[in-house]
Amino acid sequence: MVIGSITSRDVAKSPASAPRPVSDARRAGEPAPDRNTQRKRLSRREAFAGYGFLLPWMLGFFGLTAIPMVYSLYLAFTDYNLFTAPEWIGIDNFTRMLRDQTLHQSIQITLTYVLVGTPIKLAAALGVALLLNFRDKGSGFFRSAFYAPSLIGASVAIAIVWRALFRESGAVDDGLSFLGIHLGSWIANPSLVLPMMIILGVWQFGAPMVIFLAGLKQVPTELYEAASMDGAGTWRRFVNVTIPMLSPVIFFNLLLEIVHAFQIFGSAYIISNGTGGPAGMTNFYTVYLYKRGFSDLQMGYAAAMAWLLVVVVGVIAFILFKSQKSWVHYGGDNR
Amino acid sequence: MTTTTTGTGMAVPPPMTGPVTSQRRHPEGRRRVKRGTVVTAIWFVALTAMTLLVLYPLVWVLLASFKPSSEFGLSYGMLAENPTIDNYVKVLEGIGGVPLWRFLVNSLFVAVMSVIGITLSSSMAAYAFARIKFKASGLFFSLMIGTLLLPVHVVLIPQYIIYNKLGLIDTYVPLLLGKFLAAEAFFVFLMVQFIKGLPRDMDEAAKIDGAGHPRVFFSITLPLIKPALVTSSIFAFIWSWNDFLAPLLYLSSPTNYTLPMALRLYNDQSSVSDYGATVAVSMVALLPVLIFFLIFQRFLIQGVATQGLKG
Repeated sequence: MVIGSITSRDVAKSPASAPRPVSDARRAGEPAPDRNTQRKRLSRREAFAGYGFLLPWMLGFFGLTAIPMVYSLYLAFTDYNLFTAPEWIGIDNFTRMLRDQTLHQSIQITLTYVLVGTPIKLAAALGVALLLNFRDKGSGFFRSAFYAPSLIGASVAIAIVWRALFRESGAVDDGLSFLGIHLGSWIANPSLVLPMMIILGVWQFGAPMVIFLAGLKQVPTELYEAASMDGAGTWRRFVNVTIPMLSPVIFFNLLLEIVHAFQIFGSAYIISNGTGGPAGMTNFYTVYLYKRGFSDLQMGYAAAMAWLLVVVVGVIAFILFKSQKSWVHYGGDNR
Repeated sequence: MTTTTTGTGMAVPPPMTGPVTSQRRHPEGRRRVKRGTVVTAIWFVALTAMTLLVLYPLVWVLLASFKPSSEFGLSYGMLAENPTIDNYVKVLEGIGGVPLWRFLVNSLFVAVMSVIGITLSSSMAAYAFARIKFKASGLFFSLMIGTLLLPVHVVLIPQYIIYNKLGLIDTYVPLLLGKFLAAEAFFVFLMVQFIKGLPRDMDEAAKIDGAGHPRVFFSITLPLIKPALVTSSIFAFIWSWNDFLAPLLYLSSPTNYTLPMALRLYNDQSSVSDYGATVAVSMVALLPVLIFFLIFQRFLIQGVATQGLKG
């Protein structure tokens, strides 16, 4: 939500709000010649302090993000194996990407994961948040219980647990067999391993749920009362009050979850023992990028892949931001 | 609803001090309509069933860690037929000639250093963004928010090349440098939101008394943002504890491995040998996080809620 609005809010704050000596304020309006120099000195001191406090962040931003990004853009047009100097090969890496069947499959499963997994996860998060918001007493416990997986879901330990749960005669196979559905191992089955990864993602619905819940608590009661008085039932109130009032939070969750889903790595790496198998069905974009860059030492190609990811995520974020106008409602009391 | 702190008066209290208490914003669930006990009972049953489903994997790993390896893969129930602590005993020995305590100490070291680095550098940056007016502040703030959305993979390769040139592979420097340079925007953002929610009176008073920004930061702001520091510390610890990508890239000798890397060794070998030990070591890795969670859940959940709301 708000990512846009904070920035503008921050920029909007003019130096006029900076503390001024009291004597100055008294003579406001009178163009004193010494005041300008004094203010300039003050603002220079402010700037000095500002850059001082921001120094670690600036070192990090330029040293670990901005300059590496530019370097990586350069590498994307080279052939580089870490040992010999990078060799400029123009757009060869990108034309190779057009022909790379493994990459195409990787993109396909990653997009499936993002486009199927994220909506399910957010729907679960919203549904459970609504359920929890129904009643205050006792909901704190459930909220905590549902949040726990978000903290550990991406860890190696949980990936190992998932492997054990979904293997042949594992807990899931046993449970489904009991219901008469015999699926065997999900890990070894190319058509089941992606659904299994999506389940792992959806299992971590707790973080967006907490954000939804906090948003629901801020919807003014009068709106529901007014809607009820106009004869709106539960469903109408949900569609016409809850959803619009919650739309900034939905936007925020959608943006963050999509960006994160694209970057799934550790669980897929562990579950497939680093192979991306079976049949390449856990070879998510970042897993493939890792293999190309750090196993095959094709760093130029991996850099090109990384930049494609940045562009794709950037375009999606841009579209989402642009789409805000048509569906995200920022409260009327906002200036 | 408030999406900016300037919009309405209600956003004045610091973001993480609890639910909003203004009379206008009662949750929907607190309407005066009296709900029947039947509805409440259904509500409890439904949520309890969901809780069981959601927490099942955690209960499973706890119970399974007491199963002898021979019982895995056979269709027994959740409980071990012959419960044993052999798995844990075996896990203590470690793997690849490195004892378990070594991995634990390594993980602990990296996590504690991460906490120190992140709280220091992020609070400084947040103070600059929230309290100091200077020209580039707005631009830098936008750039910082941008890094929140930036896929980390685009900097992995160049960073690796640079660390490699500097001979820093197989040290903890690549894992920790970013933490001391406020590279994770989440934390800076969390603290900016918190500082902006604090009243400025004390800052102003201190400034009139001649205190400069460093004084204000250390004696006024830092003590006041303690809840945000606690929240950040817990997240920093847990994320570092769970981190797999950076150790996978940078740590090459097993004596330097953090716990997730050790888990990977177990995982690679589990198909041939010891399933029980693999599950037990996973439990060892999960336990500190779960304990942290049980103790600090309020901070964590409020931290997450703040990120979405005031953001």
